[in-house]
Amino acid sequence: MTTFDPYAATRETTEGTVYSVTGGDWDSLVSEIGESKEERIIVNMGPQHPSTHGVLRLVLELEGETVTEVRPGIGYLHTGIEKNMEYRNWTQGTTFATRMDYLAPIFNETAYCLAIEKLLGITNDIPERASIIRVMMMELNRISSHMVALGTGALELGAMGPMFFAFREREVVLDAFEAITGLRMNMAYVRPGGVQQDLPTGMVARLRDLVVELRKNFKDNEKLLVGNTIWMKRTEGIGYLDLAGCTTLGITGPVLRSTGLPWDLRKMQPYCGYENYEFDVITADTCDVYGRFLIRMAELEQSLRIIEQALDKLDATEGQPVMVADKKIAWPAQLALGADGLGNSLDHIREIMGSSMESLIHHFKLVTEGFHVPAGQAYAAVESPRGELAAHIVSDGGTKPYRVHFREPSFNNLQSTSAMSEGGMVADIIGAVASIDPVMGGVDR
Amino acid sequence: MSNEGMFGVKGTGDTSGYGGLVRAVSNLGSTERPYGGYFDQVADDLERAYPDFADAITRVVVDRGELTLHVKKERLVEVAKILRDKLLFEMCMGVSGVHYPERTGSELVALYPLLSMTKNQRVRLEVSTSEVDPHIPSLVEVYGGNNWHERETFDMFGIIFDGHPGLTRILMPDDWDGHPQRKDYPLGGIAVEYKGATTPAPQNRRSYK
Repeated sequence: MTTFDPYAATRETTEGTVYSVTGGDWDSLVSEIGESKEERIIVNMGPQHPSTHGVLRLVLELEGETVTEVRPGIGYLHTGIEKNMEYRNWTQGTTFATRMDYLAPIFNETAYCLAIEKLLGITNDIPERASIIRVMMMELNRISSHMVALGTGALELGAMGPMFFAFREREVVLDAFEAITGLRMNMAYVRPGGVQQDLPTGMVARLRDLVVELRKNFKDNEKLLVGNTIWMKRTEGIGYLDLAGCTTLGITGPVLRSTGLPWDLRKMQPYCGYENYEFDVITADTCDVYGRFLIRMAELEQSLRIIEQALDKLDATEGQPVMVADKKIAWPAQLALGADGLGNSLDHIREIMGSSMESLIHHFKLVTEGFHVPAGQAYAAVESPRGELAAHIVSDGGTKPYRVHFREPSFNNLQSTSAMSEGGMVADIIGAVASIDPVMGGVDR
Repeated sequence: MSNEGMFGVKGTGDTSGYGGLVRAVSNLGSTERPYGGYFDQVADDLERAYPDFADAITRVVVDRGELTLHVKKERLVEVAKILRDKLLFEMCMGVSGVHYPERTGSELVALYPLLSMTKNQRVRLEVSTSEVDPHIPSLVEVYGGNNWHERETFDMFGIIFDGHPGLTRILMPDDWDGHPQRKDYPLGGIAVEYKGATTPAPQNRRSYK
């Protein structure tokens, strides 16, 4: 019996010789492969390859440098979030949902909460200010997510500069998230019924400055990449997928809009009051990586426009509630900043501990048991930076989800890798994958 | 398979003390007409375009502003084709599975949210099958994007989609036993093997009991 050595440089299989590359001299490997009679090579790219956007594995079949087949392999980041959510109450679910697509946490939370609110029948009772904050947070999040898409996408194609600019912009957005929610990512800020807490004092003014700063700084990347000859040679006509392909494969988001179809759920099926904002749906008609890049660049400005309108609305709704009025649903955190920076309002604690046993019982039941959601199922979709992100949730009438399923745009859109890359060059796979912008946390959940 | 969770927890793993409150989902029967919104139009159009409507669609449910068509599983592909070609539901947004162990004979449910971009409408198809014979026809030939979604539902629920071009596990390792999203599958409690060494499940590492 032969023992299998996973670290051997070469081994013979029924399929042919398998070479393991773990560093060392690349030239000697190339010359050795060059001696083999067969032109067809199968290359395993990932799951730790720096250009595959996280732990994505691509099994490539190559004829020389031409790709004849691409088989994406996923699941390396599967954490069983959907299963875990069935064991926690509805509110605790937001802390799981936010961790799926870790570049767009607010979208995950909003889709999940909108579905719960649909089941509870309180969609129209959500306070206006809560919806405005949700919209503002989502658009800020779209900027930070697009920044990673642009920065890492450029880096993967060999351009280092754009990433520095992109991450500089992303950082200030995450700083704003930290000031609002206490966390830079995975904030579980959007809750069933509203948002966790109101904006801190002076936040609107700070965000106005942020918008001005971002608008100025976006120009750096624009100057660097738009019309750049090298960038266009790497992206124009690459990763082609037309409207028929998108429809068949269920592709949404910038990839769909790069075919010229202005499909954006914010316009077509508005939620959180998006119908009250003025913005344009950006499209391109090139169906390629460059078109998707231009769409993301232009969407940044549209997000800033929405944020500006949201800030005006926030000024007008100063002091209004951010959580649904129904005390049987609203998480009883009357948060107030104490000397330690965070904590429950002392008045609230005084009331529940000192004078009202019913309030204490109510608080205890709501925190430990959670609220009941009437039996049934609901599907709520939002336009995430990557496309239609939807939560399909089923309740059996209890305090925990019976089943939560997320329709993740990254998961669905990653299927198009093969259609975009087969027949092209190896190097163009990177551009195609980067233009889909998959986030493996969302793909694998 | 015993239902044993992490840290020696028996049963559901619920520590709140309220886990025993089980409510049966009771949503049998169709919704009465009129359904409201564009739902009547969709149902009328489908009845006109599909002569076997009464036989294939067992229930039409309108709940919380969503239209759900319960389809007999052997008629699923036909209905989907009509919906795609005649009623312009061009996109299928995936498959979601649900496991209802107490519904004898139709324990496993697959749900297909369809979207018509042309008409800006949504409709959902619901198909059920039994645990003993967990077969549902694949929709990949109608909606190509369902490929991975059906693999995921097979992986998580063990629903076998007949006619799928390559129905293999997608998120769990290829040699995994069981289907994790089924209700009788425990949360946690699985030993991890990596390069020959086995790390025991949390409840077996020390005596937490």
